[in-house]
Amino acid sequence: MADMNGVLPAVTIAIPLLASVLILIVGRHENIREAVTIVAATAMLGSVLAMLPEILSGGRITISLLPMVPGGDFALRVDAFGMVFALTATALWLLNSFYAIGYMRSLKEHAQTRFFFCFAVAIAAAVGIAFSENLLTLFIFYEILTIITYPLVVHVETPEAMKAGRKYLAYLLVGGISLLAAVILTYTLTGTTGFVPGGFLAGSGSALILQILFLLFMVGFVKAAWMPLHGWLPAAMVAPTPVSAFLHAVAVVTAGVFGIVRIAGWVYGMDLMASLGLGTFLAVIASFTIITASLFALTEDNLKRRLAYSTVSQLSYILLGVSMLSIAGMTAAMAHIPIHAFLKITLFFVAGAVIVSAGKEYISDMKGIGRKMPVTALMFSAAAIGICGLPPLSGIISKIYLALGAVEGGMPILLLVVITSAVLNAAYFFPIIYTMLLDRPDDEHSLDSVSEPPLVMLVPIILTATVSVLIFFFPSTPFMDLIEIALAEITGSVIP
Amino acid sequence: MIETFYELFLSRYNYWMAIILMLIGLYALIAKQNLVKKLIGLNIFQTAIFLFYISLGEVEGGTAPIYLPEGVDALYVNPVPHVLMLTAIVVGVSVTAVALSLIVRIYEEYGVIDEDELMQAVRRR
Amino acid sequence: MTMIDHIPVLMIVIPILASLLILLAGWYDRRFCYPISLITILFQFGSAIAILLHVMQEGTIRYSVGGWAPPLGIELVVDSFNSYILAAILLLAAATAFYARRSVEKEIGPEKTVSFYVLFQLLITGLVGMTITGDIFNLYVFLEISSITAYTLIASARRPHSYVASFNYLILGSIAGGFILLGIANLYAATGTLNMADLAHLLPASYELATVHAAFLFLMIGFSIKAAFFPLHLWLPDAYAESPSAVTILLSTAMAKVSIYAMFRILFSVFTTAYIIDTFPVTGFILFIATVAIVAGAVLAIAQKDLKRMLAYSSVSQVGYIMFALGVANQIALEGGLLHILGHAVMKGCLFMVAGLIIYRMGTSRLSDLKGVAKTMPISCAAFALAGASMIGIPPTIGFMSKYYLVLGALEAGHWVYAAVLLLGSLLAVGYIWRFIEIAYFGDHHGDHGEDHQTRAREGPLSMLAPIVGLALLSLFLGVFVEAVMEVVGPAVSILLGGA
Repeated sequence: MADMNGVLPAVTIAIPLLASVLILIVGRHENIREAVTIVAATAMLGSVLAMLPEILSGGRITISLLPMVPGGDFALRVDAFGMVFALTATALWLLNSFYAIGYMRSLKEHAQTRFFFCFAVAIAAAVGIAFSENLLTLFIFYEILTIITYPLVVHVETPEAMKAGRKYLAYLLVGGISLLAAVILTYTLTGTTGFVPGGFLAGSGSALILQILFLLFMVGFVKAAWMPLHGWLPAAMVAPTPVSAFLHAVAVVTAGVFGIVRIAGWVYGMDLMASLGLGTFLAVIASFTIITASLFALTEDNLKRRLAYSTVSQLSYILLGVSMLSIAGMTAAMAHIPIHAFLKITLFFVAGAVIVSAGKEYISDMKGIGRKMPVTALMFSAAAIGICGLPPLSGIISKIYLALGAVEGGMPILLLVVITSAVLNAAYFFPIIYTMLLDRPDDEHSLDSVSEPPLVMLVPIILTATVSVLIFFFPSTPFMDLIEIALAEITGSVIP
Repeated sequence: MIETFYELFLSRYNYWMAIILMLIGLYALIAKQNLVKKLIGLNIFQTAIFLFYISLGEVEGGTAPIYLPEGVDALYVNPVPHVLMLTAIVVGVSVTAVALSLIVRIYEEYGVIDEDELMQAVRRR
Repeated sequence: MTMIDHIPVLMIVIPILASLLILLAGWYDRRFCYPISLITILFQFGSAIAILLHVMQEGTIRYSVGGWAPPLGIELVVDSFNSYILAAILLLAAATAFYARRSVEKEIGPEKTVSFYVLFQLLITGLVGMTITGDIFNLYVFLEISSITAYTLIASARRPHSYVASFNYLILGSIAGGFILLGIANLYAATGTLNMADLAHLLPASYELATVHAAFLFLMIGFSIKAAFFPLHLWLPDAYAESPSAVTILLSTAMAKVSIYAMFRILFSVFTTAYIIDTFPVTGFILFIATVAIVAGAVLAIAQKDLKRMLAYSSVSQVGYIMFALGVANQIALEGGLLHILGHAVMKGCLFMVAGLIIYRMGTSRLSDLKGVAKTMPISCAAFALAGASMIGIPPTIGFMSKYYLVLGALEAGHWVYAAVLLLGSLLAVGYIWRFIEIAYFGDHHGDHGEDHQTRAREGPLSMLAPIVGLALLSLFLGVFVEAVMEVVGPAVSILLGGA
C-alpha cells in the first residue's frame, strides 16, 4: 500500500503536466487534443481518489522529490486538508473540461490549444499547492499558477482584456513577491518552512515581527481577493467563462484561501494567532469584505461581474471562519472551500451557457430566458439558493458552523455580519432568479433561437448542482470526515 | 615645511609627473570634440602610465639590465617593468590602430569627425 | 604531469593556432572557417568540463607556462571558482557558435566571414585566458586581447551607428584598461610581485599603504567599467544594440561575466575579505550602488522602444544582482551571485538569440513592429517566455533560485531594506519582459499593423532554433536541479571567502 501510495502525489501532478505536453504536440487534431484533456482529468481524479482511503484512515503520504535551496526541499505531503482542496479541484476540473470543450467549440474560440495547455498546467499547479509539504514548494506552485493563468485571462486579446491582464499580473505578482518575502522571513526566523500541524512559529520572534509577517502572508495570498486587494478578480471577468469558473471555483481563489487557512493552522497555530490579536485583524478584513462586496454585487448588471463580487464576498466567509480561531470557525472555513466551489461553478457554468445559447451577458437582457432554458435556469436558482444558505443545499452547512462559532466565541457582531450577508445575498440573487424564470421578455420573438446548451455543457451543470445537494444530505463523505481529521491534527487531539 | 614639501613632491616627482600627464590625457579624452584629438588624449593617458611603470623600476645609478663585464653583481634597473611595458605598448598601438580605422569609417559614413556634429548626424538617420 | 595538467595551457594555445588556421583556410576557401571555429570551441568546452570535474575531485590545478616557476613566470591556476566560470562561458560560447553561422552570413556578409571567425576565436581565447590566468598582468593582457577584438566585432555590423558605438566603447574600454594597468602598477610597487597568490600573501603587510588603496580604487573603477556596473554602463546599450547578433550574445554572456569574474577574483583572492570589509570597507557602498543599479537598469529597460536595447539595459540591472552578492559578501549571498552569473548568462543568451532571430527574419527589432510575432515564430517566442520568466524570477527557474539565495543572504547579514528593494526591483523585470510577451502574443488581434513583416517572418532555421530552445530549457532545468549546481558553486564560494 505504502509503496504504491508513496508516489501517487507526484503522479497526480505529473499527469496534467504530461497531458499539457501532449496537448501541444497533437494541438491540430482537436478531437485527440480534447481526448487527452479528458483522459488526464479522469486519471487525475482517479489517482486522488486512490489516496483517499489512506488519508481517511488518518494517514499521510509524504514524498520528497528533489533537494532544493536552504529553506525546503521540493517535497509533497498529502494530508486531510490538502485532500479537501485536491479533491474539489480535480473533480471540478473534470467537469470543467467537458464544459470548456463544449463552450470553446460552440463559440469557435481561437487559440484553443494554448487554452487547454494552460488549463492543464494550471490544474497541476493547483494540486501542487494542495499537496505542498512546505512553504517554499507551495510558493513555487503558487507562482506557476499565477503565470500560467495569465494567458487564460487575456484569452480574448482585446485591449480591455490586455488591461485586465496587466491588472491581474500586477496584483498577483506583487502578492507573489510578498509571499516570497514571508517565506524567506519565516525561514530566517525558524530555520524551517515545513508545515507543522498546530504551527511552528511560536516563540521565534517578537510579536511585531510576527504580525508584520502575517501581513506579508495576507498580501501574499491576494488570490483570496480580500478587500481592498480584490480589484483583479472582477477585472479578470473578461476571460471566457470556463476560465472564470476555473478562477473562482477550481483553483485560483481557492488556492488563496487555502493558503491562508494553511498559514493559520499549520504555520501560526490558533493559539499564537489569538495571542497576537490576528483573529481580530482578520475578522475586521473579512467582515468588511463580506458586506462591501455584497453591496457592490447589488449594483452590477453584468451577470459574470455580479458573480465575481459574490465570490469576493463568499471567500471572506472562509477568512471569517479562520478569524474565529475556534473549532467551529475552522470547520466552517474548511467546509466552505468545497461547498462554495461546487455552488459557484454551477453559477458560472450557467452564466456561460447563457452566453453560448443566447449571447447575453447582462441580467436585464435575460428576462424570461428560463422558458427556453428551463433546466439551466433551474440549476442557477438552486445554486443561488445554496449560496444564500438555504436548505436543501450545501451552503447552509458552513453558515451554521459560522453562526455557531460566532456564538460560541461570544462575538455577536460576527453573527450579525453573517446574517446581514445572507440577506444581501438574497437581495442580489433573487432578482436574477425572478428575471430568468418569471419575467416576460420585452419582445416575444427575441428568444426564438435560444435553446438549452449542448449536453456536454448541460450535464456538468446538473452534476455540480447535484453534488451540492448531496453534500447537504451526506456531509460527512468525504469532506466533513477529512475536515475532522485536519482539525484533530491542528488542535493536537491526535498525535500525528 | 620644506621637508614635508620634499617628502610629498620632490621625492616622488615621478608620481606627480605621471599624474599630470594622465590628467592632460583624460582632459583631452573628455573635453575635446574632435575624435582624433580624443585619440591623442588616450595616447597621452597611456604613455603616462608607461612612464610611471618605467620610473618604478628605476634604481639610482643603475644601468641597463644586460650582462656587463663586472658580472651579475652590477647595479642595474629592474627589468620587469620594461618587459611589461613592451607588452602594454603593443596593446596601445593596436588600440590606436583600431580607433583610427573606426574614425576613418565614421568619417566615410557621416562626413564629420566632430563629436557634437556626429551625434546630430546619428540622430538624423 | 598528467595530461589533464596540460589542458589549461592548451585551451589558450590551440585556439590561437586555430585562429591562424582559420585565416589561412579562409584564404583558400571560406567554407572551412566555420567548422574549424566550431570544433575548436567544442574542444574548449569539452576541456572546460573535464577540468571542472577534475578540479572538483582533485583540487586546484597549477601550471607554470614554459616551465618558468612563479612568481616570476606566468602561472595558470584553475580552482573550483574559475573552473565553474570557465565552463559557464564556454557553454555559452559553444551555443553562440552554433547560432552564429546563419546570422553571420546575413548580418556581416559572406566576404567578411573569415575575419569574423578569426576575431570571434580570439575573443573567446582572450576570455578564457582572463579566466584561468594566475598572473595579474597576464590578466590585463588577455583583457586587452578580448577588448580589442570586441571593438572590432561590434564595428563588423557595418551599420554606420555601430562604428560610433564601437568607438565610444573603445574610448571607455581603454580608460578602463588604463586604470587597471595603473592599479597593477601600484600593486607591483607595493609588493614587487604580479602573481595573484603571491600578492594575496604579501599584501596584508602593506594594507595601510596609500599605494594599495589607490591600486584598489583603480582596479575597482576599471573593472566596473568593463562589467558595466551602474553608473559606468554608458558604453553598454549602444555596444549591445548595434553589434551583430552573434557578437551581442557573446558580449552579454561570456564577456560581461568574465569581467565580473575578474572583479570577484581581484577583490576576494588578491585583496581578500579582510581588506574589503575591514581595512577599506567598500562592501556597504557596493551594496547600495548595486541596489540602485537593479532598479535604475530595469526602469531604463522599460523605457526602451527597441528589443535589443531593452535587453541591453536589462543587463545593467542584472549586473546589479551579481554585485549585490559582492556587497553582502557572505556565503549564501555569494552562492546566489555565482549562481546568477551562470543563470543570467543562460537566460540573457537565450533572450538575445531570440532577438537576433527576429532581426534575422524580420530585419527589425523595434518593439512596435513585432506585433503578433508569436504566431509566426511560436517556438522562439515560447523560449523567450521561459527565459523571460527566469529573468523575472518565477520559480522554479534558475533566476528564481539565485534571487532566493541573494535575499536569504541579505537577510542573514541583516540588510532588510536592501532585501526588500531587491524583491520589489525584481518585479520591474516584469515591466520589460511582459512588454514583449504582450506584443508578441497578444498584440495582433485587432490591428493589422506590421502585416508585411508577418508575411516575411517564419520560424528560424534549426541551427539557430536549437541553441535557443536548449538555453531556454536549461534555464528551467538548472533551477529544478539547482542542488547539483550548488555542489559546484559551494566550493567556489569557499575559495572566495577563504582567500586565495
